[in-house]
Amino acid sequence: MDARFWLLQVFNGVSYGALLFLLGSGLSLIFGVMRIVNLAHGSFFLIGAYIALSVIRFTGSWLLAIPLAALVIAVIGMGIERIFMRPLGGDHLRQVLLTFGFVLLFQQGALDIWGGDNQFINPPKTLAHSLVLGDIHLPFYRIFIILVAAAIGLVLWLALDRTRVGAIVRATVDDAEMARGVGIDTSRVSMLTFGLGALLAGLGGVIGGGFLGIYPGQDLEVLPLAFAVVIIGGMGSLTGAAIGAIVVGLLDNFGKVLFPQASYFTLYAPLVLLLAVRPTGLFGRE
Amino acid sequence: MRINWLRAAGFPAILAALTGLAAPASADDLRIGFLMPVTGPLAQIAKDSVNGFRMYLDDHKANFHGATVKLIVGDTEAKPPTAVLQAEKLIKQDQVNMLVGGVLASEGYALAPVSTREKVLYISSVAASDDLTQRDAAKYPYFVRTSWTSSQPSHPFGEWACQNGIKKVAVIAADYAFGYEVVGGFQQSFEACGGKIIQKLWPPIGTSDFSPYISSIKPDADAVFILPVGGPGPLQLPRQLQQAGIIPQKKLIGAGTSFDEFVLPQMGDEVIGGISPLQWSAALQTPEAVAFVKEYRTKYGKVPSYFSEANYTTALTIDKVMEETGGKWPGSEEFIKKLTALKIDAPRGPISFDDLRNPVQDIYIRKVEKTKLDGYPQAELWNTVIKTYPHVSQFWTYDKNQYLKQPVYSRDYPACKNCE
Amino acid sequence: MNRRRKMLTGLVALLVVAAAMPHTTPFLLMLFTRILILAILAMSLDLLLGFTGIASLGHAAFLGLGAYMTAILAVRYQFGLGWDFWLVAGFGMLLGAGTAAVFAVFALRARGVYFLMITLALSQCVWGLAYRWDTLTGGDNGLNLPSRPVLGPIQLGNDTAYFYLVLAFFSASLLLLYVFVESPFGRSLVGIREHESRMRMLGYNVWLHKYIAFIVSGAFAGLAGVLWAHASSEVSPQDVTLTTSVDALLMVVLGGPGTLFGGVLGAVIVLLLREYLSTIVPWWPYVLGAMYIVAISYLPDGLLGTLRQRWRPAPVADAPSPEPLRRESNKGFNINQGGIK
Repeated sequence: MDARFWLLQVFNGVSYGALLFLLGSGLSLIFGVMRIVNLAHGSFFLIGAYIALSVIRFTGSWLLAIPLAALVIAVIGMGIERIFMRPLGGDHLRQVLLTFGFVLLFQQGALDIWGGDNQFINPPKTLAHSLVLGDIHLPFYRIFIILVAAAIGLVLWLALDRTRVGAIVRATVDDAEMARGVGIDTSRVSMLTFGLGALLAGLGGVIGGGFLGIYPGQDLEVLPLAFAVVIIGGMGSLTGAAIGAIVVGLLDNFGKVLFPQASYFTLYAPLVLLLAVRPTGLFGRE
Repeated sequence: MRINWLRAAGFPAILAALTGLAAPASADDLRIGFLMPVTGPLAQIAKDSVNGFRMYLDDHKANFHGATVKLIVGDTEAKPPTAVLQAEKLIKQDQVNMLVGGVLASEGYALAPVSTREKVLYISSVAASDDLTQRDAAKYPYFVRTSWTSSQPSHPFGEWACQNGIKKVAVIAADYAFGYEVVGGFQQSFEACGGKIIQKLWPPIGTSDFSPYISSIKPDADAVFILPVGGPGPLQLPRQLQQAGIIPQKKLIGAGTSFDEFVLPQMGDEVIGGISPLQWSAALQTPEAVAFVKEYRTKYGKVPSYFSEANYTTALTIDKVMEETGGKWPGSEEFIKKLTALKIDAPRGPISFDDLRNPVQDIYIRKVEKTKLDGYPQAELWNTVIKTYPHVSQFWTYDKNQYLKQPVYSRDYPACKNCE
Repeated sequence: MNRRRKMLTGLVALLVVAAAMPHTTPFLLMLFTRILILAILAMSLDLLLGFTGIASLGHAAFLGLGAYMTAILAVRYQFGLGWDFWLVAGFGMLLGAGTAAVFAVFALRARGVYFLMITLALSQCVWGLAYRWDTLTGGDNGLNLPSRPVLGPIQLGNDTAYFYLVLAFFSASLLLLYVFVESPFGRSLVGIREHESRMRMLGYNVWLHKYIAFIVSGAFAGLAGVLWAHASSEVSPQDVTLTTSVDALLMVVLGGPGTLFGGVLGAVIVLLLREYLSTIVPWWPYVLGAMYIVAISYLPDGLLGTLRQRWRPAPVADAPSPEPLRRESNKGFNINQGGIK
């Protein structure tokens, strides 16, 4: 196992982590603002990919599919929040279970609309090759994922840190009661955050569709990974989500290579230990 | 007085449903319980399988030489306990004469004991676990297979590979019984002929990112044997191999299921040249196969995969037995006797059965090519047949008793003597 | 309803079921057997969720452990197929309790959603083991049990006989859990659910209460696992998935948390929909999903809880039943109602 090997593994882990960041940041934000765990997050990921597939079939444009699919998912997310979750008020457990009802609907709906075959979003030709450094092949598409995730991470951070809207969201995350006290419409914030979270998940799905493929059951497969990211990084923290994503990506990758027999275990056991030591994750808030 | 019609109608309906009034079975009925994962991630496989079976039924107007066929589909949700529940319902409540189906090995293993317990014929049209018709065959006297065993195509393929210039193989196969059996069969014949398996990598089922494994492939392998299973794997592994520069520099070979028509239409140019063995190819040029593919494609809009062919042939097999009995159900034991004595011309070729109730059939070595075939408008990916091994049984050229003495293929058997 | 009337109604209901079931179709008999087993699981979860106020997303782990233990003993050691079945049942409870004792040490450090996460992670660990340790568990293929136990002249392979056995276990579990929640210990659990900080101030060892509740819950879930293994005579990693845990949670929430019997009702609904509706129409997942959404949105206290609200006259002073679940708001004020009864 030489330097080449380790370099490749780190690259792979980071690129996988980049995808997980898209998935996990949304989940983290939703929790931070609304204090609920969105079990339908994996479904947003999957449906985002399917919608992109349809857009590409209709228009032939991959570039158009990305924002379009993400926006559609955002609208769906906001709709769910507005119509179904808001009436439940502060009952977090029921909201969590409600999201699972939607998982079932989305699962069957996806099967009926798009069928059960494995599908794939073909990236444009330019991204289909690899960057060749010596004898190392670094697929362009993976580099693309890293760049997109970094860009989005930057935009999110700037928005949260520098804009007024961002301040409002941060205030709601910190102390919803107080935020209401100073006149912030926290239910509006909730709806927009849920929409944003859904958008990020959908975006992840579209981009992931060119990397992981699209297939039934993917929704429930990525969900524990998203949880892992947020558990490690802590709910409600963007930095945490970024770090958590990279950690999970690397853990998953190295776990598979070094301990193939225990590959599921190597992901969840550290999680349990981490939560036991720091119940709110590395950067989380109660 | 306002009558709540919904309640008025609904209540007795529910009551009737709950008491499970089943239509009385008439003497000329042939009731077939079809167990498939209709909902859940394997739904497409279920669809293909049901369509294959149904096509035969429709072609024969659901009449098997005098017997009216009633097909009752049970949804297993790809979960063994549900499969068992549905099987028992089909047997005890719907009074089926036989069970057909089961996709996963775990379903096959869950259903086989049910068949023994209830003394009901179970025809496995897909599930391929070797031991169901080998070391465990005695436990399941009512179990018959119309499909294959996992290692059946691998045995001739190992020999073919080493005779055709492949010397050192790196294996990337899904980490479960099916993977072990396919690879084990290949390894046994490949190494017996002088080839070497120099590496075995086992990604878990459902892996989508194979980069940890791909980056470990030994540079001196001249071929990569792939068997990705679950979700994105089948599409991803060849693609990622290409992106990493492994293929086409190294030869691409694999299990038949890695290139089967179930996934082939969604694949790209990265799989051109991929060679695999299976008892079916949609590119088979016999008149039966060509007609079958054409009819299926016209009816269902896709090229039939081996799932579809397997279930079509199962229906054909059942029909042939009914032909001998004049349309009367002869009881499970008698049916099995007649079935295993049959010789059939299926779309895949000629089939007979060995004494452990598994098919003896032609195995095709296929190569993925992009061509125009049979009058279809465009050039597409097809599994062109480059060699046929006729009448291959699950034991290949090995002596049956010797073979059964060795353990079932597993992760560590055969041992990786040449692994570097 | 006061205690006597409740027990009488319960008894009558059980007798009716016991007498009627064998006369329905074989399918319904098998289905109800499974419903009763999962009802035990749901009740064990209700103990945690409805009475102590902590929600676990990992109960499938206990079910799985009980089931796999039964299967491994039966397949590899031929143990548990005769009168030693009672021992296996006991072991199942012990294994469930023991595992819960270990899990709870980790899990109870977390609260609310984090508790959900950590229980999920724990049950994924169990699933991972079931899947990968294939020399022990049969891995993906699962394990086939040779047969149901034979207790003297009673062949549990006969579905009717097995149904009665399960009914007996179910009744015993219901009774034991009922006694448990009505006891002073059980009442303190409700107090913890209602207002944890107040209980702590009053000098209750809150952690110990939760810990014991977890262990008891694990014990009954493990028992359910033992019965589950013999229901289909096979176990596979599918039994230990997230879906199973969510199903259990949904059964409790649908039926009515904090009512014990609500879990039974929830099990009936979920399984009837899943297994029965699926034989009639292929679009049953839509019905299931829609039902969850409607029930959760409009029936906050679950079916039984809502019914109880309707039937209850003015608040009575004598031994009232535990109130349906109301969550504490995230800031710790219990705006909805207070106090322990």
